[in-house]
Amino acid sequence: MAVMNVNPTRMQLSKLKKQLTTAVRGHKMLKDKRDELMRQFLDLVRETRDLRAKVERELELCNAHFVNASAVMSKQALDGALLSPKQQVNVEIGAKNVMSVEIPQYETTARSSDKGDIFPYGFAFTSFELDDAVMSLDRVLPDLILLAQYEKSCELMSAEIEKTRRRVNSLEHVMIPRYQETIKYISMKLEENDRSSRTRLMKVKDMLLDKAHGYSERQ
Amino acid sequence: MAKNIAVLGDSESIKGFSAVGLDIYPCDELTEAGALLRRVADSDRYAVIYLTESVYLSVDKVRARYEERMSPAIIPIPGVVGNKGTGVSRLSSFVEKAVGSDIIFNHQN
Repeated sequence: MAVMNVNPTRMQLSKLKKQLTTAVRGHKMLKDKRDELMRQFLDLVRETRDLRAKVERELELCNAHFVNASAVMSKQALDGALLSPKQQVNVEIGAKNVMSVEIPQYETTARSSDKGDIFPYGFAFTSFELDDAVMSLDRVLPDLILLAQYEKSCELMSAEIEKTRRRVNSLEHVMIPRYQETIKYISMKLEENDRSSRTRLMKVKDMLLDKAHGYSERQ
Repeated sequence: MAKNIAVLGDSESIKGFSAVGLDIYPCDELTEAGALLRRVADSDRYAVIYLTESVYLSVDKVRARYEERMSPAIIPIPGVVGNKGTGVSRLSSFVEKAVGSDIIFNHQN
């Protein structure tokens, strides 16, 4: 791993040591975040998978009802019956914070809460197949909205997990080793300087003693 | 702020949704789907936009703009022609993105 391009000074060493502790702490925290997000995400995905299977089954049934309805009614009559909707669904978006990921919470309110009052047409000129179709669609609607909430959450969480995973990996495999290498390099350089100045001092002392007492001449 | 729900797709598949209180945007030409989706999504009136599978598959460029936003949620649903498995493969792509490999759906395919 490459050593960072820094001056080997004590100042720099203590700065790097501080950065290393921050990086290690950050790495641990991000790793915890990733693990917890992953656990929640996988739970949510399993739930979403089951819900989607259920919703798709029910939607298929609804479609079959509509095909039946269009078989016994003319296209104009069918379109006319559905032309002016009575019902209106409003969604209030709330947010829930899961490990710093904002995931949506949908709160729905319908204009008419009476289940029998959803048909936008009079019953005189329409077939009962159409009633079936509209009723089955109305039944699947809460699940359909819940599915949207779950799938959006999955989407947002998977993006966040990917980001966190990248951060964890870059800290673990790039930043932290680089700091450690650089710290090692600086401390070795400092020790080397220390040793070299020590030997120089010893040498100078020898020379001074020699001059003062004339050791070399005595021998 | 209260928002509504929109459904985009071929008119056969989606006309029933208007009866239960969703706004429908019929789109029988797939080439126009992208522009329509952009218009519907940018109007900021919808919390959820359901797309039938064929439309969903034809607008992946436009969809990408809304992936990271909290609203609207763009969700594929099967149309009247039958289920092509887009929703499940979408979920499995999320797992793949998050985990690195698909560990939930692979045993089923």
